[in-house]
Amino acid sequence: MTRLLIRGGRVLDPASERDERADLLIEDGRIAALDAAIETRDAEVVDAQGLWVTPGFIDLHAHLRDPGQEYKEDIASGGRAAAAGGFTTVACMANTDPVNDDPAVTRYVLGRALQHAPVRVAPVAAATRGLEGRVMTEMAALVDAGAVAFSDDGNTIMDGEVQRRVLEYAKMVGKAVSVHAEDRTLVKDGVVNEGPISTRLGLPGNPSVAETINVARDIALAEMTGAHLHVAHVSTAGAVGLIREARARGVQVTAEVTPHHLTLCDDMTLGYDTNTKMAPPLRSARDVEACVEGLCDGSLDAIATDHAPHAVYEKEVEFSAAPPGILGFETALPVVLELLRAGRIAPLALVAALTCNPARVFQLEGGRLARGAVGDVTLFDPEREWRYDPAQGYSKSRNSPWAGKKLKGRVVATIVAGELVYHVDRGVRDP
Amino acid sequence: MTFNCRSLLSIEELSRDDIELVLETAWRMKEVGQREVKKVPTLRGRTVVNLFFEPSTRTRTSFEIAAKRLSADLVNFSASGSSLSKRESILDTAKTLDAMDPDLVVVRHQVAGVPKRIADVLAAPVINAGDGAHEHPTQALLDLMTVREEKGEIAGLTVAIIGDIAHSRVARSNIHAFSKLGASVRVVGPATLVPPDIERLGGAAAGAVKVFHSLREGIEGADVLMALRIQRERFAGALLPSVREYAATFGLDRARLRFAQDDAIVMHPGPVNRGVELAHELTDHRPSVILDQVRNGVALRMAVLYLLSGRSSLPAPPEAQSE
Amino acid sequence: MATRDTELPALPATAPVVAAPRVAASLTADVARGLNPGAAAAQVLLDDAAIRRALLRIAHEIIERSADPTRLYLVGIPNGGVPLARQIAHNLREVAAVSVVVGVLDTTLYRDDRLSSAVRPRLRRTEMPSAVDDRQVILVDDVASTGRTIRAAMDALMDFGRPRAVQVAALVDRGHRELPIRVDYVGKNIPTARDDLVKLQSDADAPESAMQVVLLRGAGEAR
Repeated sequence: MTRLLIRGGRVLDPASERDERADLLIEDGRIAALDAAIETRDAEVVDAQGLWVTPGFIDLHAHLRDPGQEYKEDIASGGRAAAAGGFTTVACMANTDPVNDDPAVTRYVLGRALQHAPVRVAPVAAATRGLEGRVMTEMAALVDAGAVAFSDDGNTIMDGEVQRRVLEYAKMVGKAVSVHAEDRTLVKDGVVNEGPISTRLGLPGNPSVAETINVARDIALAEMTGAHLHVAHVSTAGAVGLIREARARGVQVTAEVTPHHLTLCDDMTLGYDTNTKMAPPLRSARDVEACVEGLCDGSLDAIATDHAPHAVYEKEVEFSAAPPGILGFETALPVVLELLRAGRIAPLALVAALTCNPARVFQLEGGRLARGAVGDVTLFDPEREWRYDPAQGYSKSRNSPWAGKKLKGRVVATIVAGELVYHVDRGVRDP
Repeated sequence: MTFNCRSLLSIEELSRDDIELVLETAWRMKEVGQREVKKVPTLRGRTVVNLFFEPSTRTRTSFEIAAKRLSADLVNFSASGSSLSKRESILDTAKTLDAMDPDLVVVRHQVAGVPKRIADVLAAPVINAGDGAHEHPTQALLDLMTVREEKGEIAGLTVAIIGDIAHSRVARSNIHAFSKLGASVRVVGPATLVPPDIERLGGAAAGAVKVFHSLREGIEGADVLMALRIQRERFAGALLPSVREYAATFGLDRARLRFAQDDAIVMHPGPVNRGVELAHELTDHRPSVILDQVRNGVALRMAVLYLLSGRSSLPAPPEAQSE
Repeated sequence: MATRDTELPALPATAPVVAAPRVAASLTADVARGLNPGAAAAQVLLDDAAIRRALLRIAHEIIERSADPTRLYLVGIPNGGVPLARQIAHNLREVAAVSVVVGVLDTTLYRDDRLSSAVRPRLRRTEMPSAVDDRQVILVDDVASTGRTIRAAMDALMDFGRPRAVQVAALVDRGHRELPIRVDYVGKNIPTARDDLVKLQSDADAPESAMQVVLLRGAGEAR
């Protein structure tokens, strides 16, 4: 019997709206007690004085690149980076090589994760075969193999009927469909948010309506089918508004937003740094503001990283040729803490967006600290300052706009099923 | 008065004084080009590299003549194709070049921002010879030089830039250039080829840039008419219906010139699509100053090479520091 | 050869450098070269009257040593040499009734200085109104010292043609020659320290205004 006692921290459990100084005891992988003072012998003790103790973070959107692109990341390195970022569960997207459109690939991912990743990995399977947007995948079989949701992610399904049938079928198997909502015919070769910045830079613009239009379409289809639509990485004021209205009407739509779309504007791109190139692109200050509001009022459920590793040489190219995306795991917490420090969001609401909300969206274990829940816990110091150097991080890649920046707030310990898998002083403990 | 930039990457980053110094120096250089021996020993022993990722005979030749008139050794490095097709990153190309210790590097690329990225890793100063739809600073400077020759003063002039503004680096550089020197700038073109928020490009002089979708209104009373080259591929997509309609609505000819000032001049960065953006009769004769632009281009580029060449003896800047 | 084309038609009216007072421009140029005129008090070496006497004497000497004064061509080296060349030409008209051509020749592009500073010196104007072939060219500078400016001026001159002879006139010769160059017409020999700065102060736009040669101790380039 393993026992782990987390002593003296500020415990925040949004599911129970608890925010108080308390001790937390984990036994055999599950939470055994949560009380003002727990006395116990023969337990490993983690001193949490001055730290915040929350459920382990859950990421609904990451790219682990395994199988097929292990030069960017693999399940082991991605898992370690996730642990160092306080994530205890990461949902990984299907755009691997081969694509996760077959139960064998799903089982491969889960098997690798069990052996090599210090955190839980939840595979999101492709919605259509080969992410081609034509023939839907064997969703029932994929669910049996362990898929937690379906998504073609960046390969947005542009065929309206296919999207409708995917939603209907996913509803039947009881899973959400996560969408990268961008009308590809409007995006065309756009690589930065269309507006004054794209005009100054002379780079092709990606208009925000490209996102709004597809969010509107997918909400209408979700409303018609009664399926669970999950909108990935919302970036525009228009999309936030549509989601807010749809939820008020009772449409089953959930949404996530990334740390970068909550904090960075398109003017970051003025130096042509390819580490500011994402899909969807960084948007205007007004859009950023709308995303923060959406997160605060609950229109947007979760903060998801869209962790997207790319090799250094892949980013050292022309802006238009660079693959979109940035690392997300290890910087997510300090970046979103900016919102807290700016007084934009309450502590429990912020923690909810990282824990119980994403757990609910994909029906995952964890996300709460109640007795009997899985013993996934994250400890962090919201005041600790550090300089982020991707070369010192756990990802195989380095593509981050925060490289070299001083950040405030750092994960101190990550606990998965009662095991201390990461400690800031000792690093990641591999399984 | 000193030139304050290490590299010449955009007009946007230049101060008014920088621009004045370049123009003054170019004026002196023009005199050199009128001598029987059109060559001075100033850059003897210095190596200038023309790094052209996008073919451009005109600009490359202009830089080549400019460098040779200053006695520099010039090497043409034509690297066609994108990083993706070559499997070599542009920064690899730049680092390889850097190891050969050039003194000045002239970069042309079809994608915006590449000269800046290269300048970030090179020890030598970089001159942007056109990057995507971003900027073409030497073109704008030679345009200023030509207009100043013709009109005496830039401030107070009305300059109409006509055509495909969205895809034009010449338009962006000239909007910055003429705004900085106090001209009022109009952009005139079809709604599909005027990019969003172009009015905000002029910077400090807010409201200096005005947008027109009617040629007649756009050139009404203008002193300078600058037609831009329209690429044939624009007619293949959703941007424009046909060459004929474009020429009929935004092409300049003698009849339409009467809406502008009587002494208006006509400019074009070349090469001209005759009968599309400019009528044949406007291409070769007054009030067209197209060949003066070309002539001034050499002097202007000599000036830029000269002013930046002092910088090449400086040690490399430290790696770009974030934060 | 260098004909009308070398004249600069539009600039004089509009270019700010020409409109600016020459003294101010030369001070700016000194600052750009890293000199610091404010570091020392100016000592007047030659006042206006002395300068005009010297230039008159030089005019007489030029006539004495010229086989054909109509072939004379005075070339002022900016900035200090330009008003002096004009004054000598004026004197030649007075004393010998000859009208000589006066040109302006900037040497900046021909200088051999290995620039320690990153800043390129500002170019001055060059105006060579007629061909130099077969002429007796006299390069006029305010202060002769190392000889490097005169060397650069000779190189520049050769790009304009093939003069019959080239001579040098300087208002002040401070010595410190670093090249085998002789000054043919000297206004005054003035021994100075190497790190002194000697310069002519004048207003190019007002030829009749007072000129003076000043010494600024320690304000020159230390070597």
